[in-house]
Amino acid sequence: MKQIFIVVCALTLLSQSAVAQQKTPPKAKPTTKKAATAAPKTAAVAAATLTAGKAVYTQNCLTCHMADGGGVERMNPPLNGTTWVLGDKTRLVKVVLNGLEGEDIDGESYASVMPAFDALTDKQISDVLTYVRNSFGNKATAISAAEVKTIRASNKK
Amino acid sequence: MKKHFSRYLLLSTGLVGSLSLFALTSENKIVADPDNAGLKLPAGFGALKVAETGARTRHITVTPQGTIYVKLNRPNKEGKGILMLRETSGGKAEVVNGFSNYGGTGIYSVPGFLYASSNDAVYRYKLSPKGEVTNPTQPEKIITGLINRRQHESKSITQDKAGNIYVNIGAYSNACQVKDRQKGSLGRPNCPILDSAGGIWQFRADKLNQTYANGTRYATGLRNVVGLDWNTQANQLFVMQHGRDQLHDNFPELYDTKQSAELPAECMYALNKGDNAGWPYMYYDNVQRKKMMAPEYGGDGKKEATGNYIDPAAAYPAHTAPNALLFYTGTMFPEKYRNGAFIAFHGSWNRAPEPQKGYYIAFQPFKDGKPSGEWEVFADNFAGAPDKAAAGRPDHKPCGLAQGPDGSLYVTDDKQGTIYRIVYAKK
Repeated sequence: MKQIFIVVCALTLLSQSAVAQQKTPPKAKPTTKKAATAAPKTAAVAAATLTAGKAVYTQNCLTCHMADGGGVERMNPPLNGTTWVLGDKTRLVKVVLNGLEGEDIDGESYASVMPAFDALTDKQISDVLTYVRNSFGNKATAISAAEVKTIRASNKK
Repeated sequence: MKKHFSRYLLLSTGLVGSLSLFALTSENKIVADPDNAGLKLPAGFGALKVAETGARTRHITVTPQGTIYVKLNRPNKEGKGILMLRETSGGKAEVVNGFSNYGGTGIYSVPGFLYASSNDAVYRYKLSPKGEVTNPTQPEKIITGLINRRQHESKSITQDKAGNIYVNIGAYSNACQVKDRQKGSLGRPNCPILDSAGGIWQFRADKLNQTYANGTRYATGLRNVVGLDWNTQANQLFVMQHGRDQLHDNFPELYDTKQSAELPAECMYALNKGDNAGWPYMYYDNVQRKKMMAPEYGGDGKKEATGNYIDPAAAYPAHTAPNALLFYTGTMFPEKYRNGAFIAFHGSWNRAPEPQKGYYIAFQPFKDGKPSGEWEVFADNFAGAPDKAAAGRPDHKPCGLAQGPDGSLYVTDDKQGTIYRIVYAKK
């Protein structure tokens, strides 16, 4: 019984990651020699950025969005497979700078309030968003501290 | 008849195998699932999955005729916010009807009437002598205009024996900070939320279109109550409060992650009219067994609260989210359960990095209308496995409780929409 259960869980995980991959660009994992050599330098996210981003995530985001980035049903939205995370960088940076309240995410409403994290530095924000965009099954381009700086400068609450 | 025969042969295995021959003689014999629906129960109890609704089933009520009504968090695919289920065989039931076009949490029945709440109003339906709603599309609106700002939106309901209905109006905030859930943000002076939320309001159960002006703020200082029930022995309202979140996130210099995971207690309160339970100015520390001053209002983790706030009647592990309270008055369960309280703990989310907790039904013994003795986990493993509970990724989340006419305990799950029935098989 336990074994069947584990198989079912594994299948569920597989199907979920398959869905996530359909929605998002395929992983940059090189499958051929050509792909490996052709992989542009900008697509690879520096390990140091991910480590720094994870630290910011653990300190500021994990309580509500949970360790697996899946959020909490009807309270705190998930960070995996959503256009809010994978899409427009400016909108995403502004969520961190201004917080978010009363917004439906992919057709679902969430009860909790996200506070503003404008006290974080440009680098902390770029690190954590790059981490989130490349964790929990997500794969998207990095966000630089310079981009955060520009968005912060034009940010009107 | 042949159809029934084969069904009983299929169902009557495992725990109740010895009853199978007897079951053949009665269409209404309750048959526990061979695995007790995946639940861990005390000896002698069994459980079955009554129905899989696939909807977000919040609270539940069962009429004296055995008709089941379930309130949905939001309308299902067919646009219906309340499901009606009728018993089929073996103790199971099937959805036979859906009505109402609003989502919500509260549902409660008395002979002749069914009450249900959206997130800003309470409606009343008429029930026929067979326990069926006669005006599904034209309910009477008895309470209107209640505040709903998404956070803590559930308008849970119960009634006393004197024609009053009690409605939870949750505070649309974690701790009444100037900036909700913002690190270091202090509390708003004389928390203005309490004027219209953060308490229990009392209305008449039979008057139409009541607003705040027609109701009474029965008790205040309650952050968010989802489970509440009237105790007939004490003739008193009991409520379960969801305690505040994020002590560490908002005040990391005062609370470490471990303290934040274990504070504050989820409290049961026995209310009298005019009581103040102290939110947002205090929280209850179940380690020190003290009412503590909230950090938003000058607290430092050591100062005790100074206001005139009531003590909890009982306290439970932090953040486990008590979503339903039911005083058991049936005779099916053994004597120790009579007049005691069942509490459905929906389960935690803000205990990280500590493991998440809850996803069970607890039993709190009562004596003469007061909690008496230690509580215990009654029905466990709604999560499906310990690691799923620890990760905060349970299979099911218990949310509603109701007592059937035979004394069965019904449980809803608002994650997958499973409806459970827990029964006692006399030895």
